[in-house]
Amino acid sequence: MIDRRLIKHFDWVLLTLVLILGAFGLITIYSAVMAGVLQQKTIFWKQLIWCGVGLVVVTIVFSFHYRMIDRLAYWIYGICNALLIGVLIFGKTIGGSQRWLILGPVSLQPSELAKIAIIIVLAHWYSKSTNPLGLSLSELVVPAILLLIPFVLIVIQPDLGTAMVIALIAASITLYKKIEKKTLIFIIVCFTGAIPIVWSALKPYQKQRILTFIDPERDSLGAGYHIIQSKIAIGSGMITGKGYLQGTQNALSFLPEQHTDFIFSVLAEERGLAGSSLLLVFLLILMIWGLNIAHSCRNLFGVILAVGVTAMIFWQVVINIGMVMGLMPVVGVPLPFISYGGSSMLTNMIGIGLLMNISMRRFMMK
Amino acid sequence: MLALKDPNILHIITQNTDIDWHRQRLTGAVIISITAIVVLFVRLFYLQVMQGDEFRRLSKTNRIRLQNIEPSRGIIFDRKGVVLVDNRPSFNLYIILKDAEPVNQTLKKLSDYTGISITVLQAAIKKNKTAVPYKKVLLKKYIGRNLLAVIEAHRYDLPGIIIDVNTRRHYFDNQSAAHLIGYLGEINPNDLKREKYKNYKSGDQIGKFGIEKAADAYLRGNLGRERVEVDAIGHRIRVLNTQDATTGNNVYLTIDIDLQRKAESLLDNKAGSIVALEPDSGRVLVLVSTPTFDQNAFIGGVSHKYWRELLSNPNRPMQNKAIQGLYPPASTYKLVTAMAGLQEGVINRHSTYFCPGYLNYGGRPFRCWKKGGHGTLNVVQAIEQSCDVFFYHVGLRLGVDRIAKYAKAGGLGARTGIDLDHESSGLIPTAAWKKKKMGDKWRRGETLSIAIGQGYNQTTPLQMAVYMAAVANGGTYYKPAIIYEIKTTGGDMVKPFKKKVAGHLPVSAKNLAIVSQGLWDVVNGSRGTARAYKIEGIEMVGKTGTAQVFSRKKDSEYSDDLPDHLKAHAWFVAYAPAENPKIAMAVMVEHGEHGSSAAAPIASELIKTYLTERESMKF
Repeated sequence: MIDRRLIKHFDWVLLTLVLILGAFGLITIYSAVMAGVLQQKTIFWKQLIWCGVGLVVVTIVFSFHYRMIDRLAYWIYGICNALLIGVLIFGKTIGGSQRWLILGPVSLQPSELAKIAIIIVLAHWYSKSTNPLGLSLSELVVPAILLLIPFVLIVIQPDLGTAMVIALIAASITLYKKIEKKTLIFIIVCFTGAIPIVWSALKPYQKQRILTFIDPERDSLGAGYHIIQSKIAIGSGMITGKGYLQGTQNALSFLPEQHTDFIFSVLAEERGLAGSSLLLVFLLILMIWGLNIAHSCRNLFGVILAVGVTAMIFWQVVINIGMVMGLMPVVGVPLPFISYGGSSMLTNMIGIGLLMNISMRRFMMK
Repeated sequence: MLALKDPNILHIITQNTDIDWHRQRLTGAVIISITAIVVLFVRLFYLQVMQGDEFRRLSKTNRIRLQNIEPSRGIIFDRKGVVLVDNRPSFNLYIILKDAEPVNQTLKKLSDYTGISITVLQAAIKKNKTAVPYKKVLLKKYIGRNLLAVIEAHRYDLPGIIIDVNTRRHYFDNQSAAHLIGYLGEINPNDLKREKYKNYKSGDQIGKFGIEKAADAYLRGNLGRERVEVDAIGHRIRVLNTQDATTGNNVYLTIDIDLQRKAESLLDNKAGSIVALEPDSGRVLVLVSTPTFDQNAFIGGVSHKYWRELLSNPNRPMQNKAIQGLYPPASTYKLVTAMAGLQEGVINRHSTYFCPGYLNYGGRPFRCWKKGGHGTLNVVQAIEQSCDVFFYHVGLRLGVDRIAKYAKAGGLGARTGIDLDHESSGLIPTAAWKKKKMGDKWRRGETLSIAIGQGYNQTTPLQMAVYMAAVANGGTYYKPAIIYEIKTTGGDMVKPFKKKVAGHLPVSAKNLAIVSQGLWDVVNGSRGTARAYKIEGIEMVGKTGTAQVFSRKKDSEYSDDLPDHLKAHAWFVAYAPAENPKIAMAVMVEHGEHGSSAAAPIASELIKTYLTERESMKF
């Protein structure tokens, strides 16, 4: 069944980018868990296995035509919501929120997969019609409902970081489809008005985080302390870094969760501006390449899908790196391909699989 | 490839205007991406280049430590505000491994100065070490003032060695209410893994027994934190900021410590239990279990010798007999059988049976405790004189399940849910229970022993006291409460007392009055089994009970020459005064032989104390 043209159009650039990023992640995770007192080499090996699993997932996702995904959009979306409900009922509570489904030896975070599901279902919905002038308010009702179901299910876990990423992905896709000017203004006014209501609904620790973001000294013993230590780690890397495995902030455990959310601080401390801006460059190339794939696609569903995946990577990068540098509140969003974590790796690899899928079939649909 | 039939599935972009539209949108997206990454880069540049020197300096001298401040544990009071447990200062010895380098040399010096063997110190480090090198590791708890002086004098010779002033528990009134108050111990590694204890860490003290355990979450308080700057050898130079620890809440118990002490002294070193409570609220006034143990011996870990001593004592000092001890209720249960008989219409106030001293059933005689028999009596007289034969008859006519209904409605045979761990449920048998447990159907003959509180029946002293309270207040079963209220150190209410109704005796006021009349006669009647313990000026109401430890021999009544551990357990349940009762109680003396002679005088004395000295004791 595999068409020879598929092999001919294999996207080597995309594969190379992902391999480079994966290697960045593995090397940095090794330092995060081995330079100091943590000494948990298994975390490194696990991440290596996840990278391998991720590449298999990429292969599976690109091997069938994305048209199938278009057809199955509501099924995928429905199953994902079922998993999110399942996690609230059967899920395992770690650190105060119920995020994990335990399936035999593997624990899964359905909220991660919801990022993919929302991209697929919105791409399906928006590819049904075209209107170059933009969406009206009534055309936004269905997408809003499609977003709200998983969004609410994730907020009550509670996992504010992931819920925020999902909302931003949906917003990005919608803005790509274009919204009528007057509708856009209306929405902005509504959101501004809703801020006090949302604020009152937040849990105290969430309010605390936002207030801490505005003024880190407020909570210089809690989250603020972590941000201060993270900034010391990053800043002390200077231009060339302290050297591999030589980061004192990392080794002496001044960084919280140094192999997951604060992995960028480890990299910046050890590799300095040179290493960390190199990573930024590769991440930027990946985003532009994703948009390039959208550009070369002649199928509306494929275009929106590619834009959505790129938006997913974009927001995770901006929120994570912004957070560790003190530009954003402390929310638990992993850095794609770099942070340790199976569910996150799988989600991003599915995204890459989708991009690969679209890229390989770019000349076949004209 | 499949033909594309459904135009709704795929929208092929063919027109040049469409292509241009998308190109324009995508170009916008690229610009946004580049802008965001540039912003991140600028921030990175600012931190690493413009402020790089400053951050590098900070990281080199990063001697800012985040340290916990232990909260002070809440105080436990009795209902009148008498302090039962508070805190005393204690000094604990810690090491910060990172600052103590070379660790072995430091330990050697410490050992030389203090005389603590170096292997003990190393074992403590191995046990308490965490992954974080600048966190303090406990070496020894509760060092004395002499050791403290020695270590302080050699402070600069002992890098990374720290003494923290902390608090330790101090139990007043040694051994009084020990079971109730309980003690603390170090949290064990298995508990640490549980979600419930996620805020605890290795080495933390945690309630292990009694109220210390049951109210641990309230007593504990919240950790404080402080950011401190330390010098090169780990001693703190200054505190940068502090978030104070929150002292634990104070717990006021429902018990009255004076009455508790009185009750303990009345048991006079015998093994047993006394539970007294307020009939109209379920608040426990006294909860005694003897023999008791020394709570202060548990501070900093109980010694093996003392622990073995406690465990090998045949009178089980570590068991809280009031809630864990299980005994057949014996004749005290006759009030349940009487109530059931009256309410179910099996007997009335005037029904009589003849007691010749035994009842032949199924070809064998079931004996009454009085060999010569009681003659003809009605239900009130049968309670007064505790006639077994009368209740055999009533039991046979009721059947086991109808008796059980009246027992269970007042809390017998099930945990009362008092705020203490390890409560036993006891057992009130039913036909269904036997079928399930033994796979056998109920035999009518078995109902005979059930009707007089023997056989499978098992209750705790607390259950009996709670049942008596329900009889006293007209039939309401209140959940027994041990915590009066919980307040902050500032006196703000955290958890006020609320009485909880757990059930109702399904009996009419008229029938309950008949039972109560019988109970009144037990103490105040001319033939009552406890008439010797009548209190002058106070109308006490009660019922005796004698629970056999082994089957009574055929031809002996009660023999006095049995070894102690085979002697019967003595029960007395009571309330007073008869009108508008203020106290209900159960007294159980293990191997006390007769309810009338061993348990009733204790109840009588305690009630007298409570009701006559209430004013002076400021209840």
